[in-house]
Amino acid sequence: MTIHNLYIFSKNGTLLYYTEWSRLNKSGITKEEEAKLMYGMLFSIKSFVSKISPLDPNEGFLYFKTSKYTLHYFETPSGLKFVLNTDNISQNARELLQQLYREVYLEYVVKNPLCQLNEPIQSELFKLKVDELFKKSPLYLSRTI
Amino acid sequence: MVIYGVYIVSKSGGLIFNHDHNVPRIESERTFNYPLDIKLSYENKKIVVCFGQKDGINVGHVLTAVNGSLVTGRDLENGKDVFELLEQPESFPLSLKFSRARMTTNEKIFLASMFYPLFAIASQLSPEPRCSGIEILEADTFRLHCYQTLTGIKFIVVAEPTQNGIEILLKKIYELYADYALKNPFYSLEMPIRCELFETNLQTLLENVEKSGAGSV
Repeated sequence: MTIHNLYIFSKNGTLLYYTEWSRLNKSGITKEEEAKLMYGMLFSIKSFVSKISPLDPNEGFLYFKTSKYTLHYFETPSGLKFVLNTDNISQNARELLQQLYREVYLEYVVKNPLCQLNEPIQSELFKLKVDELFKKSPLYLSRTI
Repeated sequence: MVIYGVYIVSKSGGLIFNHDHNVPRIESERTFNYPLDIKLSYENKKIVVCFGQKDGINVGHVLTAVNGSLVTGRDLENGKDVFELLEQPESFPLSLKFSRARMTTNEKIFLASMFYPLFAIASQLSPEPRCSGIEILEADTFRLHCYQTLTGIKFIVVAEPTQNGIEILLKKIYELYADYALKNPFYSLEMPIRCELFETNLQTLLENVEKSGAGSV
């Protein structure tokens, strides 16, 4: 099981945070461009899902799966978006994202008066804690094992 | 076990076939007194609920009838404007009927062409090399399965999240497509599929899968 990378977007589409652990394929465009493409795709998926859904959606889009990876999506009511790419056999990645929001984002960004909301996160402590959370998760197993 | 719909998207991204199978009708009718306790707004030529969901009337539902008279756009059958009517206290109590918006054919074509770039971007943004596009997309109310053939045609099935065996069903639909659409001399490629045999066979296939699972096909 592998975790590839993580994106955090604000409600208006700014890339707040990006980090990667194991990524073999570079998209060939700059990080900023890639973030815009990713946000655009998520935005379209959200509207696609709300239109094609046969019943009233509650949480809406949860994840999508391709032949090589799964993209997990978690959005808070305030519009903050967490996106995690893992391999296809990883389970419960959504709980991990909720945990990331509850235990790391709220604690080390919202409660830090020096962190501006809706701007890219610069805090070193936050970076450290994110890394810690993912590395202790059972989903994180390096490819070499 | 419910299958909601089947869509076939051509190589160039156009919708060439769609079939609604078991789409539930969500409707609710209630009598309202003045003033209204829900907020309505006029969007895309429809009157939709934008705030205040209760009693089965949810945000996003469309106003379909007032006192049994159908609403088209923002007008009633007798030509009166709905919003004007709702502002007059003497017209109350009113019975309003709401339902979840059904997709029109135009919207389906629009959504099919919207899926096409999503499929492509998903494979471009992949952290792993040589990745396919979206195969499964899940939301809390449905799961969408997509199977792309070697020739680039996408077969899409929208079903309940708990419905299993869709992979087999998709391959079966491909088989039906090859048998009844492609072998039909009146069918030209990339054009909408209007083959009766294909539709009837698809219908029986979907019913079989719903009744007794994918193992029976």
